[in-house]
Amino acid sequence: MKRRTFLTATALALIVQAGAAAAQTEISWWHAMTGANAEVVEKIAADFNASQSDYKVTPVFKGTYPETLNAGIAAFRAGQAPDIIQVFDVGTGVMMAAEGAVKPVAEVLGDSFDKSAYLPGIVAYYSKPDGTMLSFPYNSSSPILYYNKDIFEKAGLDAATPPKTWTEVWDMAKKIKESGAAPCGYTSTWLTWIHTENFAAWNDVSFATNENGLADVNAELKINDPIFVNHFQALADLAKDGTFKYGGRTSEAKQVFLAGECGIFTESSGGLGDIVKSGMNYGIGQLPYDEAGNGPQNTVPGGASLWVMGGKSDETYEGVAAFFTYLSRTDVQEYLHQTSGYLPVTMEAYEATKASGFYEKNPGREVPITQMMGKEPTANSKGVRLVNLPQVRDIENEEFEKMLAGEQTAQEALDAAVSRGNEAIRQAIGG
Amino acid sequence: MHRAHFPHRLLPWLLVAPQLLISAVFFYWPAGQALWQSMLREDAFGLKSTFVGFANFRRVLSDPAWLNAIQVTAVFSLLTAFFSMAIALFLAVQAEKVVRGRAFYRTLMIWPYAVAPAIAGMLWLFMFNPSFGTLAWPLRQLGIRWDPLLDGEQAMTLVVAAASWKQISYNFLFFVAGLQAIPRSLLEAAAIDGASARRRFWTITFPLLAPTTFFLLVVNSVYALFDTFGIIHAVTGGGPGKSTETLVYKVYNDGFVNLRFGDSAAQSVILMGIVIALTAFQFKYIERKVHYG
Repeated sequence: MKRRTFLTATALALIVQAGAAAAQTEISWWHAMTGANAEVVEKIAADFNASQSDYKVTPVFKGTYPETLNAGIAAFRAGQAPDIIQVFDVGTGVMMAAEGAVKPVAEVLGDSFDKSAYLPGIVAYYSKPDGTMLSFPYNSSSPILYYNKDIFEKAGLDAATPPKTWTEVWDMAKKIKESGAAPCGYTSTWLTWIHTENFAAWNDVSFATNENGLADVNAELKINDPIFVNHFQALADLAKDGTFKYGGRTSEAKQVFLAGECGIFTESSGGLGDIVKSGMNYGIGQLPYDEAGNGPQNTVPGGASLWVMGGKSDETYEGVAAFFTYLSRTDVQEYLHQTSGYLPVTMEAYEATKASGFYEKNPGREVPITQMMGKEPTANSKGVRLVNLPQVRDIENEEFEKMLAGEQTAQEALDAAVSRGNEAIRQAIGG
Repeated sequence: MHRAHFPHRLLPWLLVAPQLLISAVFFYWPAGQALWQSMLREDAFGLKSTFVGFANFRRVLSDPAWLNAIQVTAVFSLLTAFFSMAIALFLAVQAEKVVRGRAFYRTLMIWPYAVAPAIAGMLWLFMFNPSFGTLAWPLRQLGIRWDPLLDGEQAMTLVVAAASWKQISYNFLFFVAGLQAIPRSLLEAAAIDGASARRRFWTITFPLLAPTTFFLLVVNSVYALFDTFGIIHAVTGGGPGKSTETLVYKVYNDGFVNLRFGDSAAQSVILMGIVIALTAFQFKYIERKVHYG
């Protein structure tokens, strides 16, 4: 008797569960956010799920940016692709080449979609040449300069003035090191993104031919031009006595800065959440520029966007559209921008944040937006699009590491990066 | 001679079926796919593919980065196999001398084997990370410029240390068993004849351990070649430069990071060839010299 009751109860429970699942469409969202930014992802998904009952967005953490992209590709090849996948800026070229595997966001959102509501610089970066928006700009960032005010004071520097040019960075870094205020003066995440791609755009010099690959996939790297060589030689020289400290290829250097080891730090504006959380007495400055260049011009968008995979059901796409519409809401964008340091993607959210007096209370927080939006982009500063940018970055990193270890000069490192990189690009486009 | 035979034809097939199935699913099928893929040129998502014959192989074999990976693999595997076996043998011989708490001592020695490669890598990374490593600081105090993020040799030292440490337990276990199988009488007779402990080890213990050593040599080479991916991935990611990029790591990097599946498949096919050749060589030439007692 008892057993039968148990079985009936189990069966009932199963039916109820199945019923709930049928009524709600599940939408999977693979992402690469960690730390403070992962909390933002969880909160946005939970709030969206609570705001309606038709769809349920489930965020799944898939590792670093490259790992997430690769997991998505492997899953697609196995016929198990997620509905939404977060792909970092450099993976954009890879995704754009995959027509048929992805569904353009403009199509998913349909008629309700008004492109002009979004920040133009960001939207242009994630659109096809004909203007069709392909992916949803979830977290756009721009590299900025952070500095530790306590270390600045100890070194006898003015804690209210961050360095504006790279020469000033080198001088202040030396002063920090020599005065013993910190064991190292300067460190940086993402040497490739900050010191080549954005360095080129910000100083208005060419990163690669054919408008950095935007005009034509057949691009050749230009990063062994004298302005780059001088810049990297300066870094290599500072690395010799530890004034510049190398942290790793991606954002590992953030730990070095958070530990108070270095006084000056360049990193994505998206790294702000963790710095705020650490309680450090920090300041923010613009990305430094090189006096020998034509800048400051504008920075190129970094961060990541959300791609919708192809071949899903209509209900799924309706759910994705509902979620993206929710994400574009001014209050959601304001929350995203103010907690994470990523850029707001709609004009309205930017204006609302401005009107609320947030930027007066938090000086420096507008820097990533003005940096990217300040000037009309030139052929050098619209963005970088290579079909195999992740691979080219790997090559650059390998050469930089050999250079920083003192095995080769900046000229040798950049010449090697250019010739190996060009070879890899030629192979990738099937030349 | 009466030839044993089974009552019907199906039974023997049924009995070996599980093993055949496992081999087919986990070896022949993927190996066949790798062979096929190695002759294709494909985009990341597998939407377009063209047959290119041996072009991928030609490119891989003339790629300086691949030749570098061979060198790195040889250095890494030899060092890892040597240190993990030498240290394990030393510890096993010492363990034999322990009288009280032998079981406790042995259990402690076997412990690290339960640690997953990636976690072993993280442990070593945390200890020796140049910025927050607990042991990196004393190294710097000693005047050593410890920076495995930029110094290739230090990075290699670190991955070899992590990979060997992880394998010592396994080798230890086999050496302990091997030592117990050596007849006491031989050692005692030698001792009575006045042979020193060192001499007894090199002339009796070591030769009689040869079957174990040989077995471990095969296992450790395979381990160093294939199972250390997790450690390298966690500790150095193949860097700095390409100084810790082994053949297996390059297969991963080209395939899953650079999305060049054709090149990556060609490399794994070559790797398969190397393993087959290596195993055949070991059994054919080295095993002959092994004294099975």
